[in-house]
Amino acid sequence: MEKVLEEVEFLLGDKFELAEELLTQPSHDVFSEDILSFLSDISELLLKSSSIRAFPDVATFAFYCRKANLSAIKRIHQTGSEYRIGRGLLFHITPGNVPVNFAYSFFAGLVTGNINIVRIPSKNYEQVDLIINAIKTVLLRENYKSIFSKRVFMVRYSRESSATEFFSSICDVRIIWGGDYTINEIRKSPIPPKSTEVTFSDRYSISIINAERYLKVLEKGKIAIDFYNDTYLFDQNACTSPQTIYWIGSSIDVEYAQREFWKILQQILLEKKFELQPILSVEKLTTFYAQAITFGDIEKGPQCTNDIWRVKNWSVHRDIDLFKCGSGYFNEVNVLSLDELSPVINRKFQTIGYIGFSKEELENWLKRSKPLGVDRIVPVGRTMDFSLIWDGYDLVSNLSRTIEIN
Amino acid sequence: MENIEKLNLAEIPLYTYDKKTKQAFFLKHIMELFDHHCHHSAEFSRMMSAINYQKQNVNSIEDLPFIPVRLFKMFELASVSKEQVFKTMTSSGTTGQAVSKIFLDKQTAALQTQMLSRIVSNYLGNTRVPMIIIDCEATIKNRNQFSARAAGISGFSLFASKRLFALNDDMSLNLDGLKKFVEENKAKTIFMFGFTFIVYQHFYRELMKSTQKFDLSNSVLIHGGGWKKLFLEAVDNATFKSQLNSVCGLNRIHDYYGMVEQTGTIHMECEEGYLHTSEYSDIIVRDPKDFSVCRNGVEGIIQLLSLLPISYPGQSILTEDIGVILGEDECKCGRKGKYFKVNGRLKNAEVRGCSDTYGESSRRS
Repeated sequence: MEKVLEEVEFLLGDKFELAEELLTQPSHDVFSEDILSFLSDISELLLKSSSIRAFPDVATFAFYCRKANLSAIKRIHQTGSEYRIGRGLLFHITPGNVPVNFAYSFFAGLVTGNINIVRIPSKNYEQVDLIINAIKTVLLRENYKSIFSKRVFMVRYSRESSATEFFSSICDVRIIWGGDYTINEIRKSPIPPKSTEVTFSDRYSISIINAERYLKVLEKGKIAIDFYNDTYLFDQNACTSPQTIYWIGSSIDVEYAQREFWKILQQILLEKKFELQPILSVEKLTTFYAQAITFGDIEKGPQCTNDIWRVKNWSVHRDIDLFKCGSGYFNEVNVLSLDELSPVINRKFQTIGYIGFSKEELENWLKRSKPLGVDRIVPVGRTMDFSLIWDGYDLVSNLSRTIEIN
Repeated sequence: MENIEKLNLAEIPLYTYDKKTKQAFFLKHIMELFDHHCHHSAEFSRMMSAINYQKQNVNSIEDLPFIPVRLFKMFELASVSKEQVFKTMTSSGTTGQAVSKIFLDKQTAALQTQMLSRIVSNYLGNTRVPMIIIDCEATIKNRNQFSARAAGISGFSLFASKRLFALNDDMSLNLDGLKKFVEENKAKTIFMFGFTFIVYQHFYRELMKSTQKFDLSNSVLIHGGGWKKLFLEAVDNATFKSQLNSVCGLNRIHDYYGMVEQTGTIHMECEEGYLHTSEYSDIIVRDPKDFSVCRNGVEGIIQLLSLLPISYPGQSILTEDIGVILGEDECKCGRKGKYFKVNGRLKNAEVRGCSDTYGESSRRS
């Protein structure tokens, strides 16, 4: 038996003894029927359980895996006529601070026909237990047991363990969530020459709001909740969470719009009983002063509180992505048109959440300006939605391979 | 700026001003300092304009802005030119951590020394006394970096008629040297000085193990540097005192609270066990929710003010410590001024989000 495996706790999957046992198993077809029904059974089980009511993130995952959605996903992503199967063995390193993230990573690896070893964060989350237990139950069913028991592994091990090195040395694809620091650390463990890597590095996301159109919207309360879900739900610390809001419009419209927008959000924070951790008050002030020293023309915005820290920028700064703090620290810039912000969008930019734009307007802007960054543009409230195209990667093609037949 | 040049630390007998007199004196001088730094530090000026600081809106020290101490790790903040910098102090950060850099000109360095001397002599008297430094000599020999630890040792050495480093350079306790020194000076008051954790780890614990007994009941121990490590071992101030007393009879033990960003302006623990501000320093405790001022008795984030920082804008800083003000002018020890306690540090943030798999939130600070 590989000695290093003694240090590994298998939350799910039969403990294997030798890498060979895994590596000799053939891959499955991408979106194979077995996989889709396995996932939809997990979804069904989760949706039936009463305990998921307390965890909207688990419910969202379960809903994502329901049968109808799986068929839709298959339809969208299985386009070409080529033959696609999984690349083989995937090693996922999932982030410590978003409980359900591991499940989406696993999902992507499974639907593409792979064997998955998923490193689960060491912190205990009820969400993680719920999902793992559901998978475990379904895995025990006769029809799945033989197919998946050596293809689905959820593991935990301490940071000191050399398990990362071992799993890296045998994987076909390594998926690293968790930002630049994690990626650099994990990369100290080599992967085989032919293997590939999918890395989710530190990213920066923004919102764009058309002030005039926002003012005309009736459902401002819903927008505020959507925005809350994009930001405060994960302490404004998800890579998709907007850090800067570009308000598009005349300064008068923008001022009115801002007043409404933040007033309603403050109300939502009260309703959601948001509580800022004390150290973050100090961190917000520190970030603000650091930004003031660097830019020279920023100002504390009106109605700025420790919960909602608003930073008014008098000009469009290029390095604005250096000043993020999380937990409700928002840069705001008033611009007259989207074209003004094109030059600041660098490679780190990931998601743009929008209010008050048509798809056509956004497409025209993109074609005109060809920004260096940005992977997705979605309505405010949808920035956290998972998709198999993530962070600019088409996960289906990255996690599978085609076999050419001529 | 003329008034700043004239700041005379000998002017006032320490701990004698009542609340009203202190407020008037302190506010006048600290507002001059704000003016001074707005004019001489571009960074400070940018910070103040970002929050729209207007001096006419300041009616009391509570209205004054404060800057988080971490900024001294991120920027080189100085209100003098590079040529005027006489000494650069650094915080004693562990390897890999950013350290604070504090730039001192001759005037500010001199003020710090004088201030320290005035505060400590309030506890030790005005004559020089034999001093035991609970540290090793190597700590002060490395002059490349003037660390807070070295600065503390050399600052407090002002009171020494002769000195003994109680630790060898490998941090082991020099029992023989100690024994000889104590015997030679047994008729006198011995002043002992060291950093809290070092005193505990390398002095108390070693004496515990040793068969040799010392009588230091005639000595005064002044120690500082923070409780972070000892709190982790569940040793609080009361335990610290009683344990030291049990191994060597020490009964006059004073903690002090101070920061490298405000060297010299230390807050000494009085005989009643409370830390005190002087005429030249002040403390405000703020509610982390909105930075409003906490009432006496209510715990919050500690803001420290000092009239000494002239060469760098450290006159009003927001620490990451939490504490509580117990009162003003009414401490049983008889000293005027605010008296307070430090309860610890703010907890590191636990954030959700998709970063930080590997560091597992140990990377902050």
